[in-house]
Amino acid sequence: MTAVDAGMLTTADGRPLKDALARAEGRAKRRAFLLVAPLLIFILVTFVWPILQVLEQSVYNPKFSDNMPGMVSWFASHPVGTEPDEAAYATLVGDLKAAAEAKTVAVVGERVNYALPGTRSLFTAVGRKAKTLEPPFKESLIAVDPKWGDPDLWGVMRQVAKPYTGDFFLAAVDLERDKNGSIVRVNENERVYVNLFLRTFAMSAFITAICLVLAYPVAHLLAVLPLRQSNLLMILVLLPFWTSLLVRTTSWMVLLQEQGVINNILVALGIISDDGRLQMINNRMGTTIAMTHILLPFMILPLYSVMRPIPPSYVRAARSLGATSWTAFRRVYFPQTVPGIGAGTLLVFILSVGYYITPALVGGSSGTLISNLIAFHVNKSNNWSMAAALATILLVAILILYWLYDKLVGIDKLKLG
Amino acid sequence: MKKLLILTTALTGFGFAASAEDITVVSWGGAYTKSQVEAYHKPFTAKTGINVTSVDSDNPGPQVKTQEEAGNVTIDVADVEYSDAVRLCDEGMLETIGMDALPPGADGTPAKDDFLPGSVTDCAVATIVFSTNYGYDTTKFPNGGPTTIADFFDTKKFPGKRGLGKRPKANLEMALMADGVPAADVYKTLGTPEGVDRAFKKLDSIKKDIVWWEAGAQAPQLLADGEVSMTTAYNGRLFSAAIADGKPFKQVWDGQVYEYDLFVVPKGAPHKDAAIEFVKFATSTQALADQAKWIAYGPARKSSAALVGKFNDGKTDMGPYMPTNPENMKNALGSSYEFWVDHDAELNDRFNAWLAAN
Repeated sequence: MTAVDAGMLTTADGRPLKDALARAEGRAKRRAFLLVAPLLIFILVTFVWPILQVLEQSVYNPKFSDNMPGMVSWFASHPVGTEPDEAAYATLVGDLKAAAEAKTVAVVGERVNYALPGTRSLFTAVGRKAKTLEPPFKESLIAVDPKWGDPDLWGVMRQVAKPYTGDFFLAAVDLERDKNGSIVRVNENERVYVNLFLRTFAMSAFITAICLVLAYPVAHLLAVLPLRQSNLLMILVLLPFWTSLLVRTTSWMVLLQEQGVINNILVALGIISDDGRLQMINNRMGTTIAMTHILLPFMILPLYSVMRPIPPSYVRAARSLGATSWTAFRRVYFPQTVPGIGAGTLLVFILSVGYYITPALVGGSSGTLISNLIAFHVNKSNNWSMAAALATILLVAILILYWLYDKLVGIDKLKLG
Repeated sequence: MKKLLILTTALTGFGFAASAEDITVVSWGGAYTKSQVEAYHKPFTAKTGINVTSVDSDNPGPQVKTQEEAGNVTIDVADVEYSDAVRLCDEGMLETIGMDALPPGADGTPAKDDFLPGSVTDCAVATIVFSTNYGYDTTKFPNGGPTTIADFFDTKKFPGKRGLGKRPKANLEMALMADGVPAADVYKTLGTPEGVDRAFKKLDSIKKDIVWWEAGAQAPQLLADGEVSMTTAYNGRLFSAAIADGKPFKQVWDGQVYEYDLFVVPKGAPHKDAAIEFVKFATSTQALADQAKWIAYGPARKSSAALVGKFNDGKTDMGPYMPTNPENMKNALGSSYEFWVDHDAELNDRFNAWLAAN
């Protein structure tokens, strides 16, 4: 035996044990990674990547800069406040001609229209006449529409010429830039988003609270009943859970509407008069009732999963040592259910903050939430940058709440079942 | 197991083979889509062997734009409003069809003289004239129902909830007409900030009584369920509910807002040629006249008007139910696409803010 051999263990084939172990472990790690790779790639492609795209869309809108390159460089080489001269107008007309040729002049107009309403047709009208415009361009453009000489329009064009912009985030919190570029609140009758964000969070908190109050006793009952009976009851919880969201929402419409089942029964019983039918739908109440029902299982299940393993002997022990039933509940039973409460509230709150279909169907105007406006900007107004900005704010707000939860309760205490 | 696999694979292959021949037409659903299926889709399939898949939408125009921007076009033909047809065409998102491609009327009139003025653009061909008017449940007003647009906004004289479409278009115009603005001045007024304020103020006066509808079919449904005592609607929907389904609904034409509905083919449509063939077929004299047997919308071709007779029940005369009937045009407003192309972003924002405010 040599000295080296003495200081180092080797495997049967003479390699150092450390190396062989590292190699074997490395192989195991690679194999483990290969096993999770499909899921990892799936998540990256279908979840992380789209979210990054949404984030980019909220600050990046190249509709003007891509189609009006001449104007972009003119704005870059002339400081704010430069009076647009004939050369500027010539550049503008050149860009408009090219854009008209490429059929993108309306796209440019749309981008400007977001920032200065009523200008879309300015661009489309000039696009149709672009070929006939003759120098001097300043006069001929202003002859088409005097708005082309408007300093406001030029100010707005300078703003939207930058492909990266925070303007959509400003708009998402009801702010805008005025003529001088300073940030001001939008007109009172156009403020909507801050109000809706607050409403969304307030209603979500309220719904979460009702869910907790309703779910706690139910989960407790499920946990303490003998298995046979609790399984039967569990099916009653799970059956609606497995039923389509749309079916449940429309059932609530049938129940709650003015000529609906509940109102009809109340009228038949003489509790309310035919003229005094209750307005329970197309308002905040409709959204609250339907969403509470739909989200209730998300509260019951985590609570049940932490309550089930709590041995009943703990409370009995507390009682035998002289605690009242309230003290036994407060000091012994309740603390053990906190991880379930945390999981349930977090789940229900986050789900309800992003809820869309139910408020759209039963919310009327006072019960709609911020996600309905995000859907509006995606599907109806096609202002995706605005939708992305709103969605980003919502995402960040939820991440902050999650972080707060971690600080206050601790995420390791979360127990989903 | 292997057999099953082969079978399913074969079926999938069959599915693809079939879809290569199918075109997808997106329209507004309900009674309107049914009229199109009966008058356009079925005869088209019978003639060409190309199947037509019908997809419902609350408003197909923005959907075309969403697909174009996402670069994933699955729609072959879409039924859109005028302002959307103009805007999508300006943005280069539609195939051009053009007047020259369209066949002459059945009486030999060239297409350019046969179609109503402005009903054919570079990219779009109109099928119908439709109107947003309002209807009420006659059983709710035994002592005589509303007759004017002002009555719609008068909840003291005519109590009950009101159904309105959840968008500013047509609502703002109707509000101004109800407030006494003559139809001819509506868009001039709406072009000023004071005019917009005035329209919203009028809407505000009934805000707490409004039940909003989004899909066209929801409006007559609200009326039928007794959720509202009167509602604005696309006139053909009210007609179908009243005549085809026998509901006790009556329409009020005062203050109606009418416009064209047009067929467009999105750029990059998966079956462009078949789609354009479909548009030509559907806007022919006979097809347009046939559609009027199913729903009360006026055909966009003059040569079709002569062929419009009775509803498919064989006894109801369609004339009085058409938006363009002279009796119905006494106080009517043609919707201005120029106005909405320019102002929809701004007025939508204002409308959303107004909706969300308490």
